Amino acid sequence: MSIKNISAPKIDFNTPAQMRMRKFRALKDKLAAGGIAFGGISVIVAIVLIFFYLLYEVMPLFQSAHVEPWSKNDRAIESYTVPGSGKTLYLSMEEQAEIGIRVSDKGEVIFFNTLNGSVIKSEQINVPVGASITSLSTISDPLHQFAMGFSNGDALIIEHNYTSTYPDGDRVITPTLIYPLGKKPIHIGDKPLKLLGVSHGDEDWNLVGGDETGLTQTKISIDENMMTGEVETSSESEALPQFNINADKLLLLPGRRWLLMASKNTLAVIDLKAEGGAQTTQVVEASKGTITDFQTLLGGNAVLIGDDLGKVSQWFLVRDDVTDWKLTKIREFTGGTQPIVNLSIEHRRKGFASLDTAGTLRLFNTTAERNALTETIIDGAADRIAYAPRSNAMLSEKDGQLSLWAIHNEHPDISWSALWSKVWYEGYEKPEYIWQSSASSNDFEPKYSLVPLAFGTLKAAFYAMLLGTPLAICGAIYTAYFMVPAMRRKVKPFIELMEALPTVILGFLAGLWLAPFMEDKLAGIFVILLFVPIAIVVFGFVWAQVPDRIRFLIPEGWDAALLLPVVILAAMFSLYMADGLESLLFGGDLRLWMSNELDIPFDQRNALVVGIAMGFAVIPTIFSITEDAIFAVPKHLSYGSLALGATPWQTLTRVVLPTASPGIFSALMIGMGRAVGETMIVLMATGNTPIMDMNIFEGMRTLAANIAVEVPESAVGSTHYRILFLAAFVLFMFTFVVNTLAELVRQRLRKKYGSL
Amino acid sequence: MRISFTEWKKSGSPWIWLNAGAVAICVIMVVGLLGLIAARGLVHFWPADILQAKYSSDGNQSLVIGEIVESEQVPAEQLRDAGVIVPDGTKMMRRDLMKIGNRDVGGMDFTWVLENNLSEQSYPQMLFATERREWGNFYGYLRALKEGDTLVGQYAGYDKTPEYMALWNRFEASIERALIIRKDIYQIEKHEIGSINYTLERLRLEQRSLELNEVSDPAPYAAIEVQRAELNANYQDLQQSLIDLYTKINRDSIVAEISNGQQVDIAVAKIVRAFRPNDMSVTAKLAHYGDKLWEFVSDDPREANTEGGIFPAIFGTVMMVILMSVLVTPFGVVAAVYLREYAKQGFMTRLIRISVNNLAGVPSIVYGVFGLGFFVYFLGGNIDSLFFPEALPSPTFGTGGLMWASITLALLTVPVVIVATEEGLSRIPRSVREGSLALGATKAETLWKVVLPMASPAMMTGVILAIARAAGEVAPLMLVGVVKLAPSLPLDANYPFLHLDQKFMHLGFHIYDVGFQSPNVEAARPLVYATALLLVMVIALLNISAVQLRNHLREKYKSLEM
Repeated sequence: MSIKNISAPKIDFNTPAQMRMRKFRALKDKLAAGGIAFGGISVIVAIVLIFFYLLYEVMPLFQSAHVEPWSKNDRAIESYTVPGSGKTLYLSMEEQAEIGIRVSDKGEVIFFNTLNGSVIKSEQINVPVGASITSLSTISDPLHQFAMGFSNGDALIIEHNYTSTYPDGDRVITPTLIYPLGKKPIHIGDKPLKLLGVSHGDEDWNLVGGDETGLTQTKISIDENMMTGEVETSSESEALPQFNINADKLLLLPGRRWLLMASKNTLAVIDLKAEGGAQTTQVVEASKGTITDFQTLLGGNAVLIGDDLGKVSQWFLVRDDVTDWKLTKIREFTGGTQPIVNLSIEHRRKGFASLDTAGTLRLFNTTAERNALTETIIDGAADRIAYAPRSNAMLSEKDGQLSLWAIHNEHPDISWSALWSKVWYEGYEKPEYIWQSSASSNDFEPKYSLVPLAFGTLKAAFYAMLLGTPLAICGAIYTAYFMVPAMRRKVKPFIELMEALPTVILGFLAGLWLAPFMEDKLAGIFVILLFVPIAIVVFGFVWAQVPDRIRFLIPEGWDAALLLPVVILAAMFSLYMADGLESLLFGGDLRLWMSNELDIPFDQRNALVVGIAMGFAVIPTIFSITEDAIFAVPKHLSYGSLALGATPWQTLTRVVLPTASPGIFSALMIGMGRAVGETMIVLMATGNTPIMDMNIFEGMRTLAANIAVEVPESAVGSTHYRILFLAAFVLFMFTFVVNTLAELVRQRLRKKYGSL
Repeated sequence: MRISFTEWKKSGSPWIWLNAGAVAICVIMVVGLLGLIAARGLVHFWPADILQAKYSSDGNQSLVIGEIVESEQVPAEQLRDAGVIVPDGTKMMRRDLMKIGNRDVGGMDFTWVLENNLSEQSYPQMLFATERREWGNFYGYLRALKEGDTLVGQYAGYDKTPEYMALWNRFEASIERALIIRKDIYQIEKHEIGSINYTLERLRLEQRSLELNEVSDPAPYAAIEVQRAELNANYQDLQQSLIDLYTKINRDSIVAEISNGQQVDIAVAKIVRAFRPNDMSVTAKLAHYGDKLWEFVSDDPREANTEGGIFPAIFGTVMMVILMSVLVTPFGVVAAVYLREYAKQGFMTRLIRISVNNLAGVPSIVYGVFGLGFFVYFLGGNIDSLFFPEALPSPTFGTGGLMWASITLALLTVPVVIVATEEGLSRIPRSVREGSLALGATKAETLWKVVLPMASPAMMTGVILAIARAAGEVAPLMLVGVVKLAPSLPLDANYPFLHLDQKFMHLGFHIYDVGFQSPNVEAARPLVYATALLLVMVIALLNISAVQLRNHLREKYKSLEM
């Protein structure tokens, strides 16, 4: 057959239609390439976004504060002359930092606009005839209360209050003065009140006042008639004994028991409720220099002492072993070497600001031991500073001039040490790791130590791995190396199916079925752990004694199927035996015996329950990867070993396992990652109490469960919210790093096999 | 063959046996778990016999009536400590948990009784049980049926007589009638009034939006007013017919005698079903079982989710999963195609591949936190202030809802789809692609006509695995939009039909909530097992089909590999 006569049909590939078509196809191709690249990259970007968004939410926690002159409509507010006359005794602001209040030594109370100093309202206090103001004591900044002492021994308690109204849609704030104990001054003693301390509870007030020659205590109780609503006050005064302390400042702590007096550099603690009358319980040197300011922190339980060496220290009463209360120096904040002029306490947080003679402002937080800001804002020595209630503004006074400052200090209460070190919280005997993010009262000190949560997470993961690892790895070894292929094809998908089992189901079973079951059959569980392996080995030995005739009916590699009834029977027998064993060894109840004899507390939802349930969840992960790794070991390696006379077990341990070990390692890592991040099981199967105890019979609170519990309740943008994001970020990074390591190991392994 | 222990040990056999044991234990654990869930979940719907017995405790004799739910052995020691008189010599005693119902009378649904103290146990045929809309189950003897205040029939004995059967039949007819009326009431309350309320709310928002935009023209306001008046008139009509229906449904009541001889009145309107389990044949029981099972999957929950069905949870889960797969499939596939076919293979793609792979291992709660912060608060908050200012301060998208939940889960499962699709793409031999290109097809055409069809089973596998994962995931959903009881389904007859901003119920969360947050855990537990069983079955089914697809795919392309 020849082909020379066949001429190629004349096809024109370049007709206009063809060219159009080709162009169109080329365009489609380009569009597809562009679209796919765009889509693909945007998915990858979306994934990367998780990382950056978490980081973005966490970052503000670690930003330092800054301060600048308050500005309105982009114009900085300039300093203005102090409104009113005389020397300032008290300076404060209302919630919005729009209105300031100043009390002068002449008894004027002036409410002024904080932007320009214009007087909004001025009121003259009822100073007793012939007397002058000798002291002013802040009772509580958050409650806007202060007290004045007069030279005739009278005192007056004043509260400044603000009401907001919206007459034309705009906010109008009206300041008023309230006299909680009446406008008439209270007579405390006959001595001029150079020193004055006031504390109060719901229905009682306690005033201590006097001068260096003697103090008088006046207790006032308020009884409100339930029926008529009338208020009755009754008061009693008693002179306090001489304490022989040349005090120039005093503070009363809430609870009517403790009086603190500061002299030049010492601090005296006086127990007003001591047996046989008030007495000094402690005198300590509080400063190497001279005490310049002495104030209580938010809540009134801790005091701050500023001295002329530039140091501020925090003290509170700590209960020691012999149930005595001792004023203890908790921590010291060093800020420069210039003498401290004034301390201003934050109204909502455990923080304060200090001002020294060089005009340097420092913002501190006591819990976090953090110095959020150091900045010289004023030239030379100013007189005083005052925080606004929201800690977003501050007034400073210098030489009759007031300035308003804007303060940006969102999250001072977080520092590396607050998150990861022991912190000495108010009311605790020693520094501790505590997670306690909310409480009922406002002046509560939030305790954001991540250590108990991290500990709980690792504890849960540890017990889960303890149970899951041996089962998963041993199971994988057998499945990959000894099992007959027919059975392997069934068993492997079956166990891998477990991986898809929703963890909420595991958690629910663990919490509602396993936990009560285990509480009931605690001894049985331990007997199972001991007895089942023994039963398996014994069965294996017995099986080896069986005549070959019977033994060979079941081919090699089906041992696992043989063991099914053995394991079930052994477990049932263990449970049956356990009751008898329990009454024989532990007096009938292991749980009771443990808590009585060994002093091990037992929770129903404990780490053992979590370990079993979460072990269950990690078994398929570890099993699957390990099995793959072992199965992928080239067969000629094991054949070589077997041909040289090694037993199958020797081949496995000396040849196969070492080759597969990186794969097994990566399986463990991935299993660990899963255990660390698991939420529902721990949420449901533990008591979720953030305790730090390795005890297997107690619960824990993990990072993941903590997030699930607390995120819905935390305010957006608050410190608490951001810390929960930090916890999520920590989890993310931890699992990501662990998984990446595992993946790298696996890839190396694959390469290695490739070369074999 | 005899073999000495040392020799046997030397061969390493004990270790092999232990490894085999591990496999056996794993298998037993899985089977046991599934069996446990199935046994506990399925048994719940079977009508249990009602036991009547004399119970003596502390010298008092009383009659107890109820179902035995659970039994356990208690050490006698423990009972003695609790002050119970236990005969000497007994070490263990059996204790039964009885469901005695009648919570409205006795205050408790369940009670523990000691087996020893029960006497004269019997299963009287005339005992009946009812499931009620309030106060849980009721157990007792039917004594009379009343229509309004007139007595229709009564019976005083304890034996099955024609007289009694006549009364019972009338009672059943009365229940039937009440159920039919209830259907009408449900239709009006849920659908018609619900739709009016929905429209009214939309009108309110429309008006608010007009006000916000400072529209001064009175015409649109008047139009809204007219519509509103019309709706209100409709509402009044419906309200009237509701009142009529309620008078009709409340006509009948029964009188029943409970264990202590007291006579109790029960409104028939409150009864869901009544039956006499001790008098039922196996067929009747089976029918009852099927009935209950159907109620479980098709009905709304009752009594704080402890009774009734889980239909809204099934529906919510399905809706969420569908939306999620609509989102995750194209994006996951496109990303995989980009990584495998278009991106330049090198260090970067390797890095991305590892990262994507690892994202599948990042804890789901992290995705939840991200979804809450980024989608709900950030995106949702901005969407609200841009598009729904009229509804503020109540959030529309600024709170968890169906859309955010679906997107969050899509993000969570996208690595699964990417990995599976990539695996499928990598299994397609180069020669196939080259063949297509050599014939003149463009890259896009090769992809669309050759590569993707071949990789489609792999994509399906990925999507199915993603669905299985999403269906079982609870932790992130708790943060982005799941609720314990949603007032309405996210898909209904009101425009725009699919309510993406609505919160929804979810099977997994239902398990958590009913099992752990319910006030009556004991009563709710069987339902939780049943829900768990349903969820496990759905997920197992999905997974098995994914595995089958994957195997099929591998078989199919085996011959192409060299």
